[in-house]
Amino acid sequence: MSAATKPASTADAQTMSGAEVVLRALKDNGVEVIFGYPGGAVLPIYDALFQQNAIRHILVRHEQAAVHAAEGYARSTGKVGCVLVTSGPGATNAVTGLVDALMDSIPVVCLTGQVPTHLIGNDAFQEADTTGITRPATKHNYLVKKSSDLARVVHEAFYVARSGRPGPVVIDLPKDILINKAPYTEPPQTEHRSYRPQTKPDAEQIRKAVRLLKAARKPIVYAGGGVINSGPEASRLLGEFVRMTGFPCTNTLMGLGAFPAQDPLFLGMLGMHGTYEANLAMHGCDVMLNIGARFDDRVTGRLNAFSPNSRKIHADIDPSSINKNVPVEVPIVGDAGEVLAALIAEWKADGTAQDKPALAAWWRQIDEWRSKDCLRYRQEGRIIKPQHAVKRLYEITRELGRETFITTEVGQHQMWAAQYFGFDKPNRWMTSGGLGTMGYGLPAAMGVQIAHPDALVIDIAGEASILMNIQEMGTLAQYRLPVKVFILNNEYMGMVRQWQELLHGGRYSESYSAALPDFVKLAESFHAVGMRAETADDLDRVIREMIAVDKPVIADICVAKDENCFPMIPSGAAHNEMILGPEQEGGVAGVTDEGKVLV
Amino acid sequence: MSENGNAQRAATIAVLVENEAGVLARVIGLFSGRGYNIDSLTVAPVDETGRISRITIVTSGTEMVIEQIKAQLDRLVPVHKVSDLTMEGPHLTRELALIKVVGKGEHRVEALRLADAFRARVVDATTESFVFEMTGAAEKIDAFCALMRPIGLAEVSRTGAVAIARGPRGLN
Ligand SMILES: Cc1cc2nc3c(=O)[nH]c(=O)nc-3n(C[C@H](O)[C@H](O)[C@H](O)COP(=O)(O)OP(=O)(O)OC[C@H]3O[C@@H](n4cnc5c(N)ncnc54)[C@H](O)[C@@H]3O)c2cc1C
Ligand SMILES: Cc1ncc(C[n+]2csc(CCOP(=O)(O)OP(=O)(O)O)c2C)c(N)n1
Ligand SMILES: [Mg+2]
Repeated sequence: MSAATKPASTADAQTMSGAEVVLRALKDNGVEVIFGYPGGAVLPIYDALFQQNAIRHILVRHEQAAVHAAEGYARSTGKVGCVLVTSGPGATNAVTGLVDALMDSIPVVCLTGQVPTHLIGNDAFQEADTTGITRPATKHNYLVKKSSDLARVVHEAFYVARSGRPGPVVIDLPKDILINKAPYTEPPQTEHRSYRPQTKPDAEQIRKAVRLLKAARKPIVYAGGGVINSGPEASRLLGEFVRMTGFPCTNTLMGLGAFPAQDPLFLGMLGMHGTYEANLAMHGCDVMLNIGARFDDRVTGRLNAFSPNSRKIHADIDPSSINKNVPVEVPIVGDAGEVLAALIAEWKADGTAQDKPALAAWWRQIDEWRSKDCLRYRQEGRIIKPQHAVKRLYEITRELGRETFITTEVGQHQMWAAQYFGFDKPNRWMTSGGLGTMGYGLPAAMGVQIAHPDALVIDIAGEASILMNIQEMGTLAQYRLPVKVFILNNEYMGMVRQWQELLHGGRYSESYSAALPDFVKLAESFHAVGMRAETADDLDRVIREMIAVDKPVIADICVAKDENCFPMIPSGAAHNEMILGPEQEGGVAGVTDEGKVLV
Repeated sequence: MSENGNAQRAATIAVLVENEAGVLARVIGLFSGRGYNIDSLTVAPVDETGRISRITIVTSGTEMVIEQIKAQLDRLVPVHKVSDLTMEGPHLTRELALIKVVGKGEHRVEALRLADAFRARVVDATTESFVFEMTGAAEKIDAFCALMRPIGLAEVSRTGAVAIARGPRGLN
């Protein structure tokens, strides 16, 4: 984080407008790119942007997309993403993106315009109670009412967004504050008065954790998005810890990439659509180490049947994540990287030996589960299986060796992407996990491509989701962003169709994607390249062409329409009640009404 | 953490916050948004500069829920300190009430007699009404109001609980 140098000269302090102060503060907080959309209330900022070139503005086509783009930018770089929108509809359009960032702990600062201070509360043109609306949608928000607060608030917003458990922060900026002169102050060096997240773990808790882990006979490491949030060093330390202990490791959807997918110690993703081995190992373990994961309902299944016989250690930077859903024996408050470093040091210092024979027996058990090969599918005939499409995409990108980033929309394709695309490094996988926002993937990919102009950025999409922010094809064209949209087109809201098939008697109410556009022509009308794979024979060629083109591409991959995503833990079921494939779909008939109420 | 944690308990939680716009909305929004109970809530500035306010919240829930409430409160950016007075040793709880009783003749005499027994003060009087002021634990005020009801209880205004730990230890 840029250290403060010297106080701004008094000359500056008296000549800068509020808008200029905002831009200066953004620059001093390391902002290089801002995703935005103009309007009356923020015209002073647009005017100031016009007269400088330190900050690049990317004009999106919808404010929701601006926030997702900032999320993609943030998640792929570790920096804070920055957004600028106007008052009223600009701010309300941004709300979905803000909640998305809140649920997935993504650092974003969103500047919203506001009517001038003297009109606030008068139902003025394009007035909305933005701080009221976004209070539960953000980690924190501000309404700047005094010019003398402006610089401090912007600095504080960045600090709050990136520190502790990261999240979105809104700064609501009345137009008079932007126009009037305002003093500039450098980012403060002092601690915040009330907000001080704890990053360093308590030594005694680390000792307790290591004692438990050393004595474990059937251990598991369950690592989540917090490891990614902590930075790449935490992922490196996770790898070191897992290898030195020989423990099996599983990742949540948000944690994919924290541990290399190719490593033999990796069990794959856990949870509702996780692997058989990961879920049974969670169910059967005797000691669980959770690092930076939040015992989400998609992961635990039925709570009272979740990992019934284990002693649990939970390391999280946010004390409210600990003991929220699952009571744990050893809570550790701290940053994932610092916790892992402390665990590694204590593991080495602690004299007791590990129970190696027990661990070997545990691995034999896990390997037996693994031998089920739960992600097996059969690609036969001309119709492309969606799993196969993702698998080939993965294999071909690996073979080409290009730096690759994947984003997704929400649905079956998202789960297949998680299951069949392997990630070896953190920050290469952007998906909407907590809110599950259809329409996330395309704008997120845009943000990733802005941050990594030479990388291969692919949005693995569904034909329904992609239409939710399709207007961003225009942004791709304007900025020549060669993002690839890889649509697994099953002509259904597949995830909805799957639940209807399994839980609602096959009554496919409103889940058919009728009247779809011709995606090839759609691409062309947005100055992009369109291509289509209709049969399995086309698949590899289309993937290679898509990657080879140095322009935005929509690849419409026509896949099997009725494929379901397995394994699946039906809602309200336990990890050991997983359905592995169509043969077992009958198993869902046992889902109780209590299970059905769950989302 | 107890797993057989379905038992509910009451908690009196003291929260020191930065006295800035919207801070009360954040606290209340947290309770309504997450479905926690608020039995009472009081707030006022407590330091010499007026920058720090103290919020006293009386709530109830299982042990796990109360732990969550405290963690969630502590997570709010303008919150300085959260303290569960119920768990942190003996503490005092007081509430102030203004109680209007309307009546004539015998009822007036009875009202005054009871007020005396409860150490309620008369702060306003007309020929047909009294306003009593009383402080005490919530149960004492409840009991007084119950006795006044048949006599002519007309209106009650209560502050909700304020609380402080016994002994020399301070919150900040
Ligand atoms: C259709 C669909 C299906 C899904 N199916 C699955 C599934 O099968 N399996 C699955 O896993 N998920 C699934 N999800 C995602 C799921 O909803 C959750 O988003 C996800 O499980 C949460 O991941 P996480 O526990 O890693 O937590 P995150 O949401 O990533 O939260 C991170 C946690 O780490 C903490 N933290 C943040 N920063 C740090 C730091 N620096 N140090 C330490 N801790 C930190 C935070 O406080 C928080 O508790 C699905 C989502 C969708 C939309
Ligand atoms: C904004 C939004 N609305 C509704 C949903 C509910 N939902 C989840 S998945 C899904 C269907 C997605 O269909 P598609 O994009 O074609 O993906 P598929 O499941 O077919 O791969 C829907 C409607 C959602 N997640 N987000
Ligand atoms: Mg679909």
